[in-house]
Amino acid sequence: MWQYIIRRLLAIIPVAGVIAVFVFLLLHLAPGDPAAVIAGNTAMPEDVARIRVKLGLDEPIYVQFVTWMKQLLRGDLGESIYSNMPVTRLIAQRMEATLCLATASIIIAILLAVPMGVLAAWKAGTWIDHLVMIFAVFGFSIPVFVIGYILIFGFSIQLHLFPVQGFVSLREGLGPFLRTITLPSLALGIIYAALIARITRASVLEVLAQDYIRTAQAKGLSSGTVLIRHALKNASVPIVTIIGVGIALLIGGVVVTESVFNISGLGRLVVDAILSRDYPVIQGIILMSSGVYLLINLIVDISYKFLDPRIEY
Amino acid sequence: MRSHGFMVYDTLFGLDADFKVQPQMVETYTVSADGMEYSFTLRDGLKWHDGTPVTSKDCVASIKRWGARDGMGQKLMAATATLEAVDDQTFTLKLQAPFGMVLQSLAKITSNVPFMMKEEHALTSPDEQVQEVVGSGPFRFVKEEFKPGVNAVYVKNEAYVPRQEPASNTAGGKVVHLDRVEFAWIPDTNTCANALMAGEIDFIQVPQADFLPKLKAAAGVKVEIFDPLGIQTVARLNHLQPPFDNPKARQAVLWATSQETALRAAAGNDPELFAVCPSMYPCGSPLASDVGSDPLLKQDFVKAKQLLKEIGYQNEPIVVLHVTDDFIISNQTLATAQNLRKAGFNVDLQAMNWSTLVARRAIKKPASEGGWHIFQTWFNGPDFLNPLEHMAIGAACDKAWFGWPCDEEIEKMRAAFGAEPDSARQKELAQAIQKRAYEVVTYVPLGTVYQPVAYRADRLEGLIKSPVPLFWNVRKK
Repeated sequence: MWQYIIRRLLAIIPVAGVIAVFVFLLLHLAPGDPAAVIAGNTAMPEDVARIRVKLGLDEPIYVQFVTWMKQLLRGDLGESIYSNMPVTRLIAQRMEATLCLATASIIIAILLAVPMGVLAAWKAGTWIDHLVMIFAVFGFSIPVFVIGYILIFGFSIQLHLFPVQGFVSLREGLGPFLRTITLPSLALGIIYAALIARITRASVLEVLAQDYIRTAQAKGLSSGTVLIRHALKNASVPIVTIIGVGIALLIGGVVVTESVFNISGLGRLVVDAILSRDYPVIQGIILMSSGVYLLINLIVDISYKFLDPRIEY
Repeated sequence: MRSHGFMVYDTLFGLDADFKVQPQMVETYTVSADGMEYSFTLRDGLKWHDGTPVTSKDCVASIKRWGARDGMGQKLMAATATLEAVDDQTFTLKLQAPFGMVLQSLAKITSNVPFMMKEEHALTSPDEQVQEVVGSGPFRFVKEEFKPGVNAVYVKNEAYVPRQEPASNTAGGKVVHLDRVEFAWIPDTNTCANALMAGEIDFIQVPQADFLPKLKAAAGVKVEIFDPLGIQTVARLNHLQPPFDNPKARQAVLWATSQETALRAAAGNDPELFAVCPSMYPCGSPLASDVGSDPLLKQDFVKAKQLLKEIGYQNEPIVVLHVTDDFIISNQTLATAQNLRKAGFNVDLQAMNWSTLVARRAIKKPASEGGWHIFQTWFNGPDFLNPLEHMAIGAACDKAWFGWPCDEEIEKMRAAFGAEPDSARQKELAQAIQKRAYEVVTYVPLGTVYQPVAYRADRLEGLIKSPVPLFWNVRKK
């Protein structure tokens, strides 16, 4: 098991390397010029040229790549072209908001989706099942920004229960934190919940059709015990898989949610960086996101072992 | 950035509500009879935010730094023989060539503004960013709370000594009544409007036109135009590439243009939010004139087609760069494309975001090799106040702004304008330049869009009407 974990951790290095090459090439071959953006609308062509030289953008692309890779190997993600601040510091400034939003969204999604999916499977074909599936279809079909605006309109503008925008750190108190994080994580969590609920229902349905479930029922076990101890545990591998895979969905959703609720997280940082072609920041965030994604996949793989002892590594 | 500058830094001169130059950091100044020597004396009590006094050496270094980068500043420096500190409060500027825009240059309120900074910071290379933010302006920047792209925090500069005159645009007394001001970047325009209506923020610099009716109807919120000059929207033609290397093709674009169509596309149907403006200098500003603008105001597709026939236009594609991430530019570009098609141009509309456009417009090659024929943008009104500052009116060939119009006559007249101290003669020259610019079609003016601000009138009072959001004189009710 430990050998497997170490092997997987080491495998992250070449994958991250490939991602780094692709990210660098995609960014530098895409149209746009940070020097021209920095120089502004009223700049003359020679101003843009001077800034290009200062930023080293006049160098051949392979020279720029080697320079960046050298920095990267030293653990240095470089400096933002615009703010001149280290990328690691910018990421650190924005990390808390995004982590809180992502975590709260996952918690909301799991708390909503798993019971709903199990219930829908248990009551398959009834109105409860239909209701859950309608929720799943709508939740997955409606874009996160629409859900966000609906929540803002209802809970902030009409009922004044939550603020329209912003993020308050947990360090400033649980109350203010919950007030700012509830609506955005609900908006993002609903979409995620829809996906998990569908998979949970399908997995549990499949397990419920197995002989050992019938045996358990024949033994006289209560419905709850059959459902939780026997059905859900055995249906959990696909559910955990979809939770892990859905992290990618969450990363995309965070970008939109942070814009709608004006949360100063990594999503907004990357959007601003893309719009202004702030290469070091974009590269840094994509690399970090890729690393997180690879790590989550590893955790999911490891969790299989605990959920299903038949799985061997 | 400009708003940040006005919070933290101060300027030697300001512009009042009539865009007339008024002393700001300067207490007194003298100009020699021949207009070749200027002497400036600073006000008593000026201090940097670190407590050290502002000296004339600081101002000399600041002017030199600004003069290395700003267009007007470069012209001023080119005309300057010496710029020297006489004592701690006095410095002199001696010209080697006549330059009638010395005070206007030092009072400019748009990019780049000649803000005064400490000598040690001003000596940083003009190509390098100054790392420390130590100004002498009415607010202090709180570096520890700064999050790029999120917020910037300013607190009252208790040591600031304001002028006695009432505040007027960037001139007059900068009396601060607010202990703390936070600039917040809210990228989503809907969220921004909702936040103002919910009372979470007090002021929006640029509310999107779609939300104005909603904001106007909201309790406690006021929507008001603070910038009397508005923004000047323009279409730029590439003079290097056929058919626009031929003035007749450029005139065809002029005849095909309708400012009203372009303006309604950009600002909607509320007549308070736009104005047809035939002047190349902002309408309502001292040099405004409609001279030479006939083709622009009398849209005529027949004439446009006739001109294209005369030059033997063979339906070659005209590459129009379409910026999709700026509401005003995007809609105006679509209007332009439609009018050009009606005039007989074969329009190839290419969608892109702003950062792609600013790279693309620097390409001088033919459109088939990544170049372009037309792009559109807008400028703040003060950018166009006179022909020397006016980027789009210039025609200095390779040294001109993107599009590279080339006309010796215009450049000679611009130089004469710069050297001319007499304002009546300056106005004559400005009009002559505009007339020639319409003949050459250095660019196509698409009219003025007024961008109102929105604020909580139930909480704020004393806001200053200016093209720049300014927060001195403002009180919380």
